[in-house]
Amino acid sequence: MTRELVRPRRKNPVLRTRLPTLPPGGRSRVALGLTAAAALGRFELQRCRDCQAVQYPPVEACSRCLSVRLRWESQSGEGLLLARTELAHSNDLFFRERLPWQLGMVRLDCGPTVVVHLHGDCAEAPTRVRVDARLDRSGQAVLFAFPATETPNMADDPQLREFTCDPRFRKVLVTDGRTPLGQAIAESLVKAGADLVWVGQAEPWKQFPGLDALRAMPQVSIVPLDLTDSASVRELAAEIGGRVDIVVNNAEVHRTHGISDRQGIETARLEMDVNYFGLLRLAQSFGPALRARAADGPLGAVAWVNLLSIYALSNFPPHGTFSASKAAALSLSQCLRAEMRPAGVRVVNLFPGPIDDEWNQTVLPPKVSPAVLARALTAALKSGVEDVFPGDVAQEWLERWRDNPKALERELAG
Amino acid sequence: MHDAVFTEGSTPATAAGGANLLLQLAGELATGRIRVVDLTQTLAPEFPQISLPPEMGQCWPFRIEEVSRYDERGPGWYWNNFSCGEHTGTHFDAPIHWVSGRDLPRNATDTIPPEDLIGLACVIDCSAEAAADADFLLTRAFIESWESVHGRIPPRAWVLMRTDWSKRTDPVAYQNYDETGQHTPGPDAEAVRFLVEERQVIGFGSESIGTDAGQAQYQRPPFPCHYYMHGAGRYGLQCLANLDQLPPTGAMLICPPLKIRDGSGSPLRVLALVPSGVSPTAGCSAG
Repeated sequence: MTRELVRPRRKNPVLRTRLPTLPPGGRSRVALGLTAAAALGRFELQRCRDCQAVQYPPVEACSRCLSVRLRWESQSGEGLLLARTELAHSNDLFFRERLPWQLGMVRLDCGPTVVVHLHGDCAEAPTRVRVDARLDRSGQAVLFAFPATETPNMADDPQLREFTCDPRFRKVLVTDGRTPLGQAIAESLVKAGADLVWVGQAEPWKQFPGLDALRAMPQVSIVPLDLTDSASVRELAAEIGGRVDIVVNNAEVHRTHGISDRQGIETARLEMDVNYFGLLRLAQSFGPALRARAADGPLGAVAWVNLLSIYALSNFPPHGTFSASKAAALSLSQCLRAEMRPAGVRVVNLFPGPIDDEWNQTVLPPKVSPAVLARALTAALKSGVEDVFPGDVAQEWLERWRDNPKALERELAG
Repeated sequence: MHDAVFTEGSTPATAAGGANLLLQLAGELATGRIRVVDLTQTLAPEFPQISLPPEMGQCWPFRIEEVSRYDERGPGWYWNNFSCGEHTGTHFDAPIHWVSGRDLPRNATDTIPPEDLIGLACVIDCSAEAAADADFLLTRAFIESWESVHGRIPPRAWVLMRTDWSKRTDPVAYQNYDETGQHTPGPDAEAVRFLVEERQVIGFGSESIGTDAGQAQYQRPPFPCHYYMHGAGRYGLQCLANLDQLPPTGAMLICPPLKIRDGSGSPLRVLALVPSGVSPTAGCSAG
């Protein structure tokens, strides 16, 4: 049984901070289908539309009937562990540093037999297990087998932790604590066991409800941070950048205008200044420190979370300039993801539908509550997914967008 | 009026002595007999800016981005780009800033008569009152009582309200917000009308973030200092500093805003020429 994670001892400062290594990251274009699903927290395999066979590994044609009519389909992952082995030697740098490593072979109920990374709580073969696709530190999907039923401290399995970004015992920066969402995120991280949550506050003279309650939490530390001010971002990075394990960029400006109902560009510029340039400033200041500490012991830097919006995918004209700023942020987050990948630091994007906040006052429900969104964020870190679409609206729009982006564009235009 | 600029013992200006006067001024500046006091806050990102309700358009705070600093972006030179609103930091308000002054002639930063930008200053010390009450309002009676000590405010003088607000270096204390808004001192409507109509002042200056009090939207009319001053073609200065280094009368203010076409105001450097022998506490009559 997995032992509960205990707070690791402080690091020995005379020892060098090691450089991050990555598991093999090369994949064929077809195999990236597995990654695309895993990024959303889904386990999908190819099914042949002619002979109905499910296959693994992903290839261009059906390995049974050679049909090219293949479709990615969600799988339950249930199967039988046929054999297990312990890897004791590897010339691959990533695994070499993590030996011994548990591997297994599972015959999935849906057909194929697959090689998996094995959770330490799986019983001896033969035994029932549940296989899931998880992103590794290279950002690529691999198969990971869990015990069929929940075990105590399951998330603390050392091998599983190589795939997740659990905030437990970690130190987190939340960039804006003035909103109910920022406060809910900080609370959720504290509940998830974060050691320390720095919460940014811009324009400290403006009094917002809830900040005092936040300040009263012993794990929370309010720090000055204004994403429109490069000097402020640099200053904070200089003070705490070398200590932050997870950055949560939730600062945003949201105004409800299209092109024609607001004269001039000042409101749109403010949205861009926070939602896009703010991310750029933050990434330039905190990115290097995170990358440098990605292999800093069992609690190294692991993740970067961006609050985007479902409107980043397709413009919602009544909130048109906001949508555009979030689309810009989405694009930049892809650049950030590429730049963080060599260190294995995961970039997680949240794409909520309308949040139940001040600026969506006149938007009809359903709206995602700050508390639900905050829990989705923490859950994403614990499971290690990249793209999160929390709430019913976001889920529905995601499916519509994947199905036909042009149709969604027309639907959103009303 | 000129007498007030010079200390006792200085050679008085002669009728033909404009050039001599400037030579003499240069000499006095060189010897330090006339001091230059900087009344300007440093432009920095952390200096608070005026905040309006979030659905309204906002004035930019001061922001600065490095272009190059003897590096690969420009090997031999250092320079920055900065951005700010017309009403950021220590700044000048032109009459066109307010709706009451929008149709006046020469009402914008590029058209204001340049001779209006240098003038005598009367400094009314309200620091004790502002310390006791952040919402302190300067009244006509308070001004008249000041005049009974320091003499009548001369025409075309600046009136500066000293509150020592600029000594609040913590932005939270400087802005002084609570749930009902900002609490900073300023003049009441009657005082402003008195200064404009009966004293013909050229403008009004304050140390806080507006020439009006923090709660001035509840006055009648709202924001009376903006309304009456700019409606009469007069000017405003705000976020001033170091007013405690000025004598009640006798200092000369130099406050030209940037020449922005059709500008409503501008950040600026405000300097005061202060003759020696005129201490902040002693003062001298300008009348």
